[in-house]
Amino acid sequence: MWGYKIITTNQIDYDKNNRAIRNKILALEPSLRICIACGACTATCTAGNLTPFNIRRMNVLLQRGEYDDLKSELGKCMLCGKCTLVCPRGVNLRNLILKTRETLLNDECHVL
Amino acid sequence: MQTKTIAIIGAGPAGMEASASLAKLGHQVVLIEKKASTGGHLNNWHHLFPDRRPAKELLQKLKQEVNHSNIEVMVNTAVHEVKQNDYRYELVLSEKNVINANAVLITTGFELFDAAKKEEYGYGIYNQVITNSDLEQLFQADNLAAQFKKPVKRVAFVHCVGSRDAKVNNHYCSKVCCVTAVKQSIEFKERMPETEVFCFYMDMRMFGPYYEELYREAQEKWGIVFIRGKISEASQTRDGSLQIKAEDTLASKPLRMNTDLLVLMAGMVPAEGNEHISRQFKLAIGDNRFFKSKDNHFDNQLSDTPGVFLAGACLAPMNITDTISQARAAALRIHEYLTN
Ligand SMILES: Cc1cc2nc3c(=O)[nH]c(=O)nc-3n(C[C@H](O)[C@H](O)[C@H](O)COP(=O)(O)OP(=O)(O)OC[C@H]3O[C@@H](n4cnc5c(N)ncnc54)[C@H](O)[C@@H]3O)c2cc1C
Ligand code: SF4
Ligand code: SF4
Ligand code: SF4
Repeated sequence: MWGYKIITTNQIDYDKNNRAIRNKILALEPSLRICIACGACTATCTAGNLTPFNIRRMNVLLQRGEYDDLKSELGKCMLCGKCTLVCPRGVNLRNLILKTRETLLNDECHVL
Repeated sequence: MQTKTIAIIGAGPAGMEASASLAKLGHQVVLIEKKASTGGHLNNWHHLFPDRRPAKELLQKLKQEVNHSNIEVMVNTAVHEVKQNDYRYELVLSEKNVINANAVLITTGFELFDAAKKEEYGYGIYNQVITNSDLEQLFQADNLAAQFKKPVKRVAFVHCVGSRDAKVNNHYCSKVCCVTAVKQSIEFKERMPETEVFCFYMDMRMFGPYYEELYREAQEKWGIVFIRGKISEASQTRDGSLQIKAEDTLASKPLRMNTDLLVLMAGMVPAEGNEHISRQFKLAIGDNRFFKSKDNHFDNQLSDTPGVFLAGACLAPMNITDTISQARAAALRIHEYLTN
């Protein structure tokens, strides 16, 4: 209004973040808990080699309760399943992405 | 004191050191080795971390130690069958030799993970892909550069091959391969200073004394580049070179790189014959498929079977320092068992 705009903090505000959504998604696909952030999924990802989409980073943000980028970003996933094939921890990434998409699209969440 | 006989199965560093300790305590030892020579994996390594002394030095020392009048070494020998009678074990060996032992020590060690099982790295398919063990062999040659068909301008080390990997059902960390990668990357650079050297790791596990210092030396003195990311695949490009893919997780970007050589840090798996041994002696096997001790803290060298003891890498991946300590601890526990 007066020529200034709201600057969103760059910090992960762990106290303010709404982790209820994360908890809901983790209940639907608990295997995300055992991710060790090795990046093999991102390395092999079909979408990630063409666009700045980074599935490993998205999953870290999800676990911290940072959802802002997720909804638009996860749309880039082609559900090809290559990430699930290479994951050394056996995280079921394809199902995780599906469940995250569904949960974030659900109006009840009030986050987006 | 009536002399007691101890059968020790596996003549690697653990079996050899335990034999020497027990012989010094006045016991009779029969050291049984399935291969043609003693020394276990020490025969395969060139120089050892952390101080990089020649493996041969250690091998010679152990061989001198087991050259003792109380120790009978039987190579090319396997244990076929075991019978128990009143706290004595009757071991039926190759060629129907029979040993009566008052106690048994299992020191069967480990085997290297078969890197061909991780097909995505192309071991056995592309000749630019070798293992840590292969590289130890190459280091024996005076001229390393002459060992490769094409010039090696760049080499990449891959950590955790066959360890920490649900896809091959090995959830454990093999413990020694991070420091082996650091050691080998330095040794590579010493011999071929013009070569660019990269290590792709998930976590750097520098658990032992002077390991972290070696890591720092690799960065500071040798300019080795450490990239945090698991290599997802290696494939051959049209010009015949090797291309690897990983995520540079600290930069949050996928990374592609051509390399002339890929060195796989193959981990440790339990020795093949362990299942047979576990059945014969009724020994418990852990979730990691190595032998399971009676108690992880106080009775690590004891098994659930009275009179049967365990030491070294047959219990879990470990370095030589821990192996030797366990061998001596086992000797003491066996001595206590036999003298009570
Ligand atoms: C690539 C690599 C590099 C390493 N470099 C180092 C290093 O630089 N420094 C260091 O401290 N550690 C190093 N280690 C670890 C080191 O090799 C082990 O700590 C050590 O070999 C363990 O000794 P061990 O006697 O328990 O087992 P092993 O060395 O595996 O010996 C076991 C012996 O038992 C025999 N055996 C097995 N089954 C039977 C059976 N059923 N009957 C009869 N005999 C049997 C085997 O033939 C073998 O001779 C390295 C490991 C790897 C994988
Ligand atoms: S490959 Fe698996 S363990 Fe590695 S970052 Fe992706 S989800 Fe996590
Ligand atoms: S399923 Fe989606 S995230 Fe996984 S590799 Fe395919 S495009 Fe990438
Ligand atoms: S020691 Fe390092 S390379 Fe080996 S399994 Fe453990 S983390 Fe991986």
